[in-house]
Amino acid sequence: MKSGRRRFLKSGATLAGGLTLGSVAPAIGQTQGIGQTPGTGQTPGPEKFIKAGKELVAYGERSRFVTSVRMGHPPGGRPSPDEFGLSFHISTPLQEQMGVITPSSLHHVATTRGSFIPDIDPREHRLMIHGMVDRPLVFTMEDLMRLPSVTRIHFIECAGNRSTAAAKTVQETHGLSSCAEWTGVLLSVLLKEAGVKGGAPWILAEGNEEVKGTSSIPMAKAMDDCFVAYGMNGEPVRPQQGFPLRLMVPGFEGIFHTKYLRRIKVVDQYYTNYNEYGHLRKDPKDAALGYQIGPKSVITYPSGGQQLAGRGYYEIRGLAWSGGGAIRKVEVSTDGGRNWKTAEIRGTANRMAHTKFTYNWNWDGAETELLSRCTDEIGQVQPTRAQIAKFFNAPADHHSFNVPGNDNSIQPWRVARDGSVHNAIA
Amino acid sequence: MGAFTMRLLRPLPLVLLLGSVALAQSPQYGVGRTPSPEEIRAWDISISPTGTELPQGHGSAKEGAQVYRAKGCAACHGANLTGGRAPVLVKADKEPGVDPWELGRVLPFRAPQATIVWDYINRGMPLNREGTLTADEVYALTAFLLFKNGVIAEDQMLDAQSLPKVKMPMRDAPAPLPDWKHGAPRLKGYPY
Repeated sequence: MKSGRRRFLKSGATLAGGLTLGSVAPAIGQTQGIGQTPGTGQTPGPEKFIKAGKELVAYGERSRFVTSVRMGHPPGGRPSPDEFGLSFHISTPLQEQMGVITPSSLHHVATTRGSFIPDIDPREHRLMIHGMVDRPLVFTMEDLMRLPSVTRIHFIECAGNRSTAAAKTVQETHGLSSCAEWTGVLLSVLLKEAGVKGGAPWILAEGNEEVKGTSSIPMAKAMDDCFVAYGMNGEPVRPQQGFPLRLMVPGFEGIFHTKYLRRIKVVDQYYTNYNEYGHLRKDPKDAALGYQIGPKSVITYPSGGQQLAGRGYYEIRGLAWSGGGAIRKVEVSTDGGRNWKTAEIRGTANRMAHTKFTYNWNWDGAETELLSRCTDEIGQVQPTRAQIAKFFNAPADHHSFNVPGNDNSIQPWRVARDGSVHNAIA
Repeated sequence: MGAFTMRLLRPLPLVLLLGSVALAQSPQYGVGRTPSPEEIRAWDISISPTGTELPQGHGSAKEGAQVYRAKGCAACHGANLTGGRAPVLVKADKEPGVDPWELGRVLPFRAPQATIVWDYINRGMPLNREGTLTADEVYALTAFLLFKNGVIAEDQMLDAQSLPKVKMPMRDAPAPLPDWKHGAPRLKGYPY
């Protein structure tokens, strides 16, 4: 890793001089040689160029040296695509993500039973709103784009995003949570346009993929902050994310964020759709915790599978989010949970959005465990697995304990003496 | 909302005379068109627990067994509703009296309402040929799967009236969801 970073710095210096170096804080100690370049200080130009062909002029690409990729989740589990050609669960490489926005190409993908990715012509796509409304309506994409829009940063997290002892990296433990900037029309605008009949308690949201995945959403949530999104990270929503239209249900489990949205039906009772059927629970507590995502955070650097170069300074970085609103506080422990220190929140703590935190750490070379925990705006605090087990009167052997609902437990990373970092869930 | 409405309507002072009550009841933007009743019927495929949206038609388990073979269901779900690459369709064979939650996530057994089974076959099956089954075939397949899971008798005929009345073994088993409220914690008394 150390030599890789040096190579990066060298090429960065050659390409853009001090500008690039200045933006890479840890590089300061290593720039001496470059400052000694004779003459005017101009450094030689790069030896190689990326040819600016037509395609790269039209749509940019990342460097061939950047190789961060998604993967089927979990490793060794059901593959994507599977033997039917269905995509099931694909995880985001959070360990390599910079900032809070997940690039659209790296946003996780999750489907209920496995799904083909429909190839929808947006000119043909329609959204119908009907049921308990005064005026059933059909919108084209063009219609929707005429209406007042919102642009909001939100995470989407799959209910299957849980850390296990078998998981090695943060991609495997937490990679079914991603965050993007979404643009679209508030559902309340559309529902008011159709005129919801008094007292209608639920809506159904239905997609246009081959299985027409459908979820039941409470009217209170639908009118609060749900929106139909046609934009994602500055361009149309990607096909794997629901092109041309996806329902955003901020903070709810991923399954509610209906892709390829084609229909909203306002109904008088709860419909148990196939999507809901899979989430049925015996225990009301389990059911309640598997609905809206709890307060959750994870350290992405250093994290499982990474290698520290040696003792000394590291900026611990991570992401925190909650379905309950904005993140108010993140704490980090560098001694296995004995002491907790407040981390810095970097950038804006948006509601129901990944929020970046950092913490200055000097590693003394001894084996230790790194942990993070967050508190959200309504005071929910991220728990340890042991705390959850205690609440549910589960056996003390909490490592084999299956966290009810959405697993928002604290992720411990063990730093070994040799600088290697490991998942500490034994 | 109030301020927004005002801003939008400023160039149209006459509309203000209608008053805010009337505005709340009428469309604000006038975008979108009214679908025809036929269009709505064609799209209206989610089946409520009371079966409101069920179409006419009927089928029995015996007919369903034939449909299961004829439509190639066995190729993915197995000739005996298990052992294929696609989800198992028959509950696990365990001692009587075992907790029904231990019998597998099997749609025609765990579904709290039989209407869900009909709904899912209708919207999602067969893979790659969704929407090609007739209503009779969907009733028949539903009856076949319910019979195979010990829910109904082999000769019971299912239709729009009888299907919602089928008593599923897990009808009261699933926990209800909490009432969602803005700013409320996930679970009362749970600090996490």
